[in-house]
Amino acid sequence: MKRAFRMFAALGAALTLALGATAAAQAADPLKVAFVYVGPIGDHGWSYQHDVGRKAVEREFGDKVKVSYVENVSEGPDAERVIAQLAQGGADLIFTTSFGFMNPTIKVASRFPKVKFEHATGFKTAKNVSIYNARFYEGRYIAGIISAKLSKTGTIGYIASFPIPEVVMGINAAYLGAKTVNPDIKIKTIWVSSWFDPGKESDAAKALADQGADVLMQHTDSPAAMKFAEERGIHAFGQASDMAAFGPKAQLTSILDDWNYYYIDRVKAVMDGTWATKDTWDGLKEKMVELAPYGPAVPEDVRTLADATKAKIISGELHPFTGPINKQDGSPWLKAGEKASDKDLLSMNFFVQGVEGSLPK
Amino acid sequence: MDLLLNVLLGVVVAATPLVFASIGELVAEKSGVLNLGVEGMMIVGAIAAFAGTVASGSYVVGILTGALAGAAMAALFGVLTLTLMSNQVACGLALTLFGLGLSALIGQAYSGVSLPQFPRLDIPVLSEIPFVGPLIFGQDALVYLSFALVAAVAWFLTRTRAGLVLRAVGENHDAAHGIGYPVIAIRYLAVMFGGACAGLGGAYLSLVQTPLWVEKMTAGRGWIALALVVFASWRPLRVLGGAYLFGGITIMQLHSQALGLKIDAQILSMLPYIATIVVLVVISRDRVKMKLNAPSCLGKVFYATS
Repeated sequence: MKRAFRMFAALGAALTLALGATAAAQAADPLKVAFVYVGPIGDHGWSYQHDVGRKAVEREFGDKVKVSYVENVSEGPDAERVIAQLAQGGADLIFTTSFGFMNPTIKVASRFPKVKFEHATGFKTAKNVSIYNARFYEGRYIAGIISAKLSKTGTIGYIASFPIPEVVMGINAAYLGAKTVNPDIKIKTIWVSSWFDPGKESDAAKALADQGADVLMQHTDSPAAMKFAEERGIHAFGQASDMAAFGPKAQLTSILDDWNYYYIDRVKAVMDGTWATKDTWDGLKEKMVELAPYGPAVPEDVRTLADATKAKIISGELHPFTGPINKQDGSPWLKAGEKASDKDLLSMNFFVQGVEGSLPK
Repeated sequence: MDLLLNVLLGVVVAATPLVFASIGELVAEKSGVLNLGVEGMMIVGAIAAFAGTVASGSYVVGILTGALAGAAMAALFGVLTLTLMSNQVACGLALTLFGLGLSALIGQAYSGVSLPQFPRLDIPVLSEIPFVGPLIFGQDALVYLSFALVAAVAWFLTRTRAGLVLRAVGENHDAAHGIGYPVIAIRYLAVMFGGACAGLGGAYLSLVQTPLWVEKMTAGRGWIALALVVFASWRPLRVLGGAYLFGGITIMQLHSQALGLKIDAQILSMLPYIATIVVLVVISRDRVKMKLNAPSCLGKVFYATS
């Protein structure tokens, strides 16, 4: 038994040496870039969009990079194993693209100080860990404007996943946008307590439509609500990627994530040796958040209004969260003209005045 | 009134996949086989039905493909547990994992493909009666099939000789074998019936409820179906009631959220699970009767000794 164990240990040591040797040999070889996805690249949403970014890196650098990816990595111990394996395999730069990969990334990063890590949507950085995220709320503010323009019933339906700041921020932004068009606009929210449950998302969409909503927004990942809107003859906004295939008539626009330029920049930084820890939160201005082409249901004047709003957000003239804004209970949050700080936004745990329903705690 | 009708119509849609999956599992369990792979069979049924419909352009072909695919998955489970006598719990879990992976693989070509809305069987005249009409006479064919299946299973298990034999196999396989019944063959049939039903449940999800294909779209419904069978103490009508209770509260909690009731969403999300379990446990609290209903040989491997 003991002997077997010793043999095993020796084997392990040999393997480590071999791996180390290959890593050294590869220093002169193409830069190794790896991506870790939480879902399948065919999810038509979040992971799909990151994979578009990966392909952009491949196109940009050709054979100067060697790109690999692992999909369907569940958040937790599995993630740590996968990330460690990639680091061990000689990757120079690793992108981990889900909130739940935060702690595994930090942990593995401390073991591989020479490897650079980039974590999406988290808040922990380290000497060799950068973070990046997109200002989705800017897109949702514009979606709010479009929906108020197109809603005949004055009621917007919102399918929400979990009451984390990201989602709460989206609902508030959509409401504030809609209110600029129609002060009496109503926003009805259903929490489905899941990122991904097409059946339940579809049921929720139906419940919202039955109660008078004629424009749907979602912060869940499947195109089920879009598909339902198409059949019911109402309108909806896509999430993360263009969902027009599921609702050619229903889709007004989609709030798209575009990671391409960021990935290309960061790969280049590693090549040039200028890579440093960075905290990136980009929006419409940097085109990390984009709007899909407007659907046929969006009339010309609404397109003009939406484009103008987008231009104002890009120029910095307009911030979706500009006071006076009260919290739902009527207590003041922002004074007239005051803009919300990023810190306030990233920890948002309340509805603004006018949004109906209670926020689950 | 319109809202109530819409709520009730939504309940039917939410409950039907569960009715299919749990009534199938009930038959399998009554024969003494615990198949935890319902989720896997459902999801394979969902993609097979979707692919079959897209390829043939016919819903009938699609639904049959879904049922056959579910039955094929169940047959695989049968080979492992009945012929090769492996552990049923482990194989069931493996079947679920396998089904999720297999369906994702087949489904790659079908993401983003759309199907038109599933046709309703509007029974002439009757479906025009206000309120009752659309609710009872305006459903799709699969809903009627699910009710017919429950009735047929209830009748089969308690009123036919074949049903008696199936229950005997589930109660005491050695005795059934001793009398000369083909235990393994009967279990194969029961398990494959269960698989076909789970496949139909999946088909309902991908063809009617959403209707589209996305990976992992069953999202745990197979597990709920499994739980329903136990909490309904293996009685077909209670399974039906449990599925509708679960579907009903699911839809009602969504509506109450949209109405803006001041109840926490997490509590509302828990409600279907809690209410269904509580109600079913209360109605089947008689332990003696519960024991009578539970198949004694459930999950046990059968070795033919002679």
